[in-house]
Amino acid sequence: MLNYIIKRLFALIPVLIGVLILIFLLIHFIPGDPAISMLGEKASKEQVAEIRESLGLNEALHIQFFRYVNRLFHLDMGRSILTRNQVLVEISNRFPATVELTIFAMIFAVGIGVPIGILSAINHNSWFDTLCMVGALIGVSMPIFWLGLMLIWLFAVNLGLLPSSSRLTIGIELNNITNLYILDSILQGNFKAFIDSLKHLILPSIALGSIPMSMIARMTRSSMLEVIKKDYIRTAYAKGLKNRVVIYKHALKNALIPIITVIGLQVGILLGGAILTETIFSWPGLGKFLIDAIYKRDYPTVQGVVLFFSLVFVLVNLFVDLLYTTVDPRIEYN
Amino acid sequence: MANNFNQSSNLWVDTWFKLIKNNVGRIGLIFLCILLFIAIFAPLIAPYDPLDDNLMNRYKAPSKDHWMGTDEMGRDILSRIIYGSRISLKVGLLSISVALVFGTLLGILAGFYGGMVDMLIMRVMDIMLAFPSILLAITIVTILGPQLKNAILAIGIINIPRFARVIRSSVISIRESEYIDAARALGANDIRIIVFHLLPNSLAPLIVQSTLGIAEAILEAAALSFLGLGAQPPQPEWGAMLSDARSALQRAPWVATFPGLAIIFGVFGFNLLGDGLRDALDPKI
Repeated sequence: MLNYIIKRLFALIPVLIGVLILIFLLIHFIPGDPAISMLGEKASKEQVAEIRESLGLNEALHIQFFRYVNRLFHLDMGRSILTRNQVLVEISNRFPATVELTIFAMIFAVGIGVPIGILSAINHNSWFDTLCMVGALIGVSMPIFWLGLMLIWLFAVNLGLLPSSSRLTIGIELNNITNLYILDSILQGNFKAFIDSLKHLILPSIALGSIPMSMIARMTRSSMLEVIKKDYIRTAYAKGLKNRVVIYKHALKNALIPIITVIGLQVGILLGGAILTETIFSWPGLGKFLIDAIYKRDYPTVQGVVLFFSLVFVLVNLFVDLLYTTVDPRIEYN
Repeated sequence: MANNFNQSSNLWVDTWFKLIKNNVGRIGLIFLCILLFIAIFAPLIAPYDPLDDNLMNRYKAPSKDHWMGTDEMGRDILSRIIYGSRISLKVGLLSISVALVFGTLLGILAGFYGGMVDMLIMRVMDIMLAFPSILLAITIVTILGPQLKNAILAIGIINIPRFARVIRSSVISIRESEYIDAARALGANDIRIIVFHLLPNSLAPLIVQSTLGIAEAILEAAALSFLGLGAQPPQPEWGAMLSDARSALQRAPWVATFPGLAIIFGVFGFNLLGDGLRDALDPKI
């Protein structure tokens, strides 16, 4: 297992080098002078020269690249043009908000998607099955930003039940420990902040989790249907085991591999979806930060956030691969 | 030769019949026909000019005159949705064409030649897959500038690895087949083998991937336009219409409701058709 992990980590190196080159070149692919593009046409020559100097744009391309990589090794992603802070500091401030949202979206997606898939498979070809699968296909076809708007309109604007933006109501105090508000409020025993941050999480989590939920439901159903037909399930029934035991102890365990694969694949969708969801719900995470940086042409920030997103994405995919052994001991890594 | 032609035409006829017998495929086909009809005959169907603004008519609720109401510029939403179908179809078809052409080419080269070529191409594909797809699209549009044509290109580029992977695995599974050896023994060169043997035998997964890809491309284009990185005002693109609707959610919810339903309709149709085609082209079913 350890050998496999090391092998996989080594295999990541060329991919990460490629990602680095691509992100480094991002600023150089921009048509015209990136400094003018950042500052606008009205910028003075001095301002343009200053930006060019600070970004190292006056050096030869390969020197710029090696400097860029060297800085990254020293955890220096440059400074945000917008906030003047270190990009890495900005990322570490905002990333917990995205993590919190992503976790809750995943809880929603798995918590609803897996039971629906199981029930659909058990009641194969029934009206419930048809309804769920049509619903799941609509879920996959639905733009999350539209669902987000509809949720805001219904639950925030019309019913006034849930908040539609930010992470915490103004006036409610919470000390930052991990910057994961739910965890922080539990650690501090702050019940008011806990309920408030939970309320703020509901709508964005549903919006972000809708597509993964539909995909997980579809995969759970088809995987369960395949397993239910196997001889050992028939044998389990023949032995007189209860339906619940057969489904959850025998069938679900064996159907888990494709379900976990699809859950792992959702991480990319969630990270990408977080950009849209955070924009709609004014969620102060990394996705919204990226979009704001794009609007303001803050290219160092764009570079840093895109690099960070892809690193997280690659590492999570690796983690999901490694998780398979825990779920299915038949899989051996050589 | 004639026999070959008959056999292959029978295969497509069989697939067609399987598709229209399949509930999912049939409904998908109906959705697609409706969408195509609306897009082609948009000038005849749309009650108003989609760009015709009239500030006196701002935010009118759905009524007999404006079935889906009007937006912040007093434009008829129904007409904009009807014309928007043209943009969405154009985006879907063009971007997937880009992905199909380049993805197929790269996938065939990787699968057929193997070795260094395969390693090189697939590592580049891995690098592209190291980004969540919408993030890569956003990055490309950031570089090229926020325009619809750049969004189309970006969506095309992000879909290349998916096509390359599908075609590569298909080519690998058939490149050692006896009929490929036979073709080679008869003196066929690489290009002939690729064009006349490998490509036709890899068509089924490509067709399914393309259909499902169009659905995803429509969603991705709408997302880019929603973020202001795709179609620009006053183009009646569904995602851009949703973006405009954000500020008027309380006052005029219909401005957001109908473009979203239009997106679901289009994407749902292509998804159904893709699922139906997958079943129809599966020889095991």
